[in-house]
Amino acid sequence: MKFLTEKLIDAEFDASDAEEAIHRAGTLLANADGVEHQYIEAMIRSYRENGSYFVLSPKIALPHARPEDGVKDASVSLVKLKSPVEFGHKTNDPVSLVFGLGATSGDEHLEILQKLTRLLNEKEAADELINAKSIDEIINIIEKRN
Amino acid sequence: MKKVLTVCGLGQGTSLILKMNVEQALADNGYQADVENTDLSAASSMNADYIFTSNEIAESLKEHTAKVIIINSFFDMEEIIEAVQQNVD
Repeated sequence: MKFLTEKLIDAEFDASDAEEAIHRAGTLLANADGVEHQYIEAMIRSYRENGSYFVLSPKIALPHARPEDGVKDASVSLVKLKSPVEFGHKTNDPVSLVFGLGATSGDEHLEILQKLTRLLNEKEAADELINAKSIDEIINIIEKRN
Repeated sequence: MKKVLTVCGLGQGTSLILKMNVEQALADNGYQADVENTDLSAASSMNADYIFTSNEIAESLKEHTAKVIIINSFFDMEEIIEAVQQNVD
């Protein structure tokens, strides 16, 4: 399991649109050996085909694809956007935090989503992450809650 | 026992997060329910009493016999608990 370690976080990314942001989140997963490169394209394809339903709450997106699209290890990355980006969601746009998910189907998948849910169910967590200035600060916010 | 589905586009990530929080909200309010997460195409042919999903996916589930309940913020337990209290018998 790979959950928001230093290698999986970009604390300041300048994306011009949603696809660029999703691509960056997927690239972090691939660089940490969580997914194959083809998974990044599958994440973008899923956004094009299924829309922006994965913008789960205000400012927060969780793009992902299917386990069979090339996941090696249950994993979560985080891209913090320099300026918020529109994903096309009715109520939760614009997005500032993009959590890339390498989705598997086993127990680790459940466990990793429980960790993420525990973190983001805390009302202040999203704003604390958005205001964080560095990767270290982001990791502190995450560890405080897990 | 009530049958509840949580639905997203792929049935893998988003719907599982919603399942965890809906299960919690149902349990906290004393409901006994079987909650399952699934994707949109599978949900269309499944029986259920209630479906929890996003606004976007709900558009495609208008024909479903289940009562479709829209959740805007999947991490907002207050919204989810309110939706349970208002919609689940």
